[in-house]
Amino acid sequence: MKIAKISFTVNGKPYSLEAPPIKRLLDVLREDLALTGTKEGCGEGECGSCSVLMNGVLVNSCLVPVLQAQGAELLTVEGLANHGKLAVLQQKFLEHGGAQCGICTPGMMMAAEALLSRNANPKLEEIREGLAGNLCRCTGYMKIFESVNQAIDSAEKTTR
Amino acid sequence: MRSNANEYAMVAPASLREALQLLAQSPDEWTPIAGGTELMVALGVGRLQSKKLVSLWGLSELRYTVASANEISIGAGATFTDIRNDKIIAQEFPLLALAASWTGAIANQNRGTLGGNIVNASPAADSPPALLVYQAEIELVSAGGTRRIPYKDFHLGYKRTVLAPGELVKAVHLPRAEKLPVQYIRKVGTRNAMAISKVELAAVGAMRSGKVAEVRIAAASLQEIPARLLGTEAVLLGQPLSASVVDAARKALLSETKPIDDIRSTANYRAQVAANLLEEFLLQLAASSDEARV
Repeated sequence: MKIAKISFTVNGKPYSLEAPPIKRLLDVLREDLALTGTKEGCGEGECGSCSVLMNGVLVNSCLVPVLQAQGAELLTVEGLANHGKLAVLQQKFLEHGGAQCGICTPGMMMAAEALLSRNANPKLEEIREGLAGNLCRCTGYMKIFESVNQAIDSAEKTTR
Repeated sequence: MRSNANEYAMVAPASLREALQLLAQSPDEWTPIAGGTELMVALGVGRLQSKKLVSLWGLSELRYTVASANEISIGAGATFTDIRNDKIIAQEFPLLALAASWTGAIANQNRGTLGGNIVNASPAADSPPALLVYQAEIELVSAGGTRRIPYKDFHLGYKRTVLAPGELVKAVHLPRAEKLPVQYIRKVGTRNAMAISKVELAAVGAMRSGKVAEVRIAAASLQEIPARLLGTEAVLLGQPLSASVVDAARKALLSETKPIDDIRSTANYRAQVAANLLEEFLLQLAASSDEARV
């Protein structure tokens, strides 16, 4: 089977497409679906910039053959904002300098989203662990941790 | 240069039985892939040799942890996250839970499987030293049936295992024997998350009447396979932990391992650190003896 028929949802929207079954989910998102918010960094699962949620679970999309995403519910950075209104997490990255060059930012936010979805009130140590697979070469991380921390403290966290 | 995805075939059988039948028909043709944390990296850098892959991801027959009175069984498809979330493993096999916690980072732990970690047969893999000190057994399955062997006999040499063509790892079984009081594991790498180990040492032990009554030690990244350090254990068994015994144990460790220079570290550094880790474990073991006396 050199071309597979794949169906899944991305950010709540159903898609059906044909692709080589081993094609990286990252490339399907970016090339086939034009969802270029998800970035490629190392392409080896070491930097986390291609992070997305697959069935609610954080994965590196560069290491997922699209066949294994068959039937999955995917969430990418494009799915965080709601009708043009930034999610709290995005707003806090903006306010607290959590993004500089921006390449790692979508992955950082998806890793933070995954963390907050299973632990609504993480301690700093848990934030550090939750983001430990995501590299940033600009910020020195402190402003990113602060952004995530502020997203927890926000009164709007229920709408996150 | 990345591989061309168009050159690869991949199928996703609906059941373990289907996967085994496919493998039995042409065992040399198909390469199993689970969470992709190894093979997809090879694809990314243009080094994935196998052109036909059979996906085992999502097969419920492989993804479980189940406890009986005598053992806990971990399906080969259980992820490191599954292992970290298992309460019995955390309580009774803490070294395995710790090893899982520093395998890659969260995204890798969500996809990487215990079976994949074992079958990939890297001498630097994180989970094998813990499995070895817990005297794990490994269950292999093919279309012809299953067999079960001590995990210590699984690795034959660098990236070589006893797996026959068409055979898969089905599960790892850990005996729920009495938990020894001293449980030690330490990985030394460039940083906690993501880094592959320069050296990893796992050990369990118990003192009785001031002497080493039980001890099991295993290491990664010190030779071409993850292995028990039986010579070092033999030097320690039945002995008090005097300075001369500790020194003899350090020497035994160095004589039965063969650390190398490679991209991650040097033989010299690995040898020194491995002996120091051993000594750190022996200090904890000696302290447990003092506590017992109080």
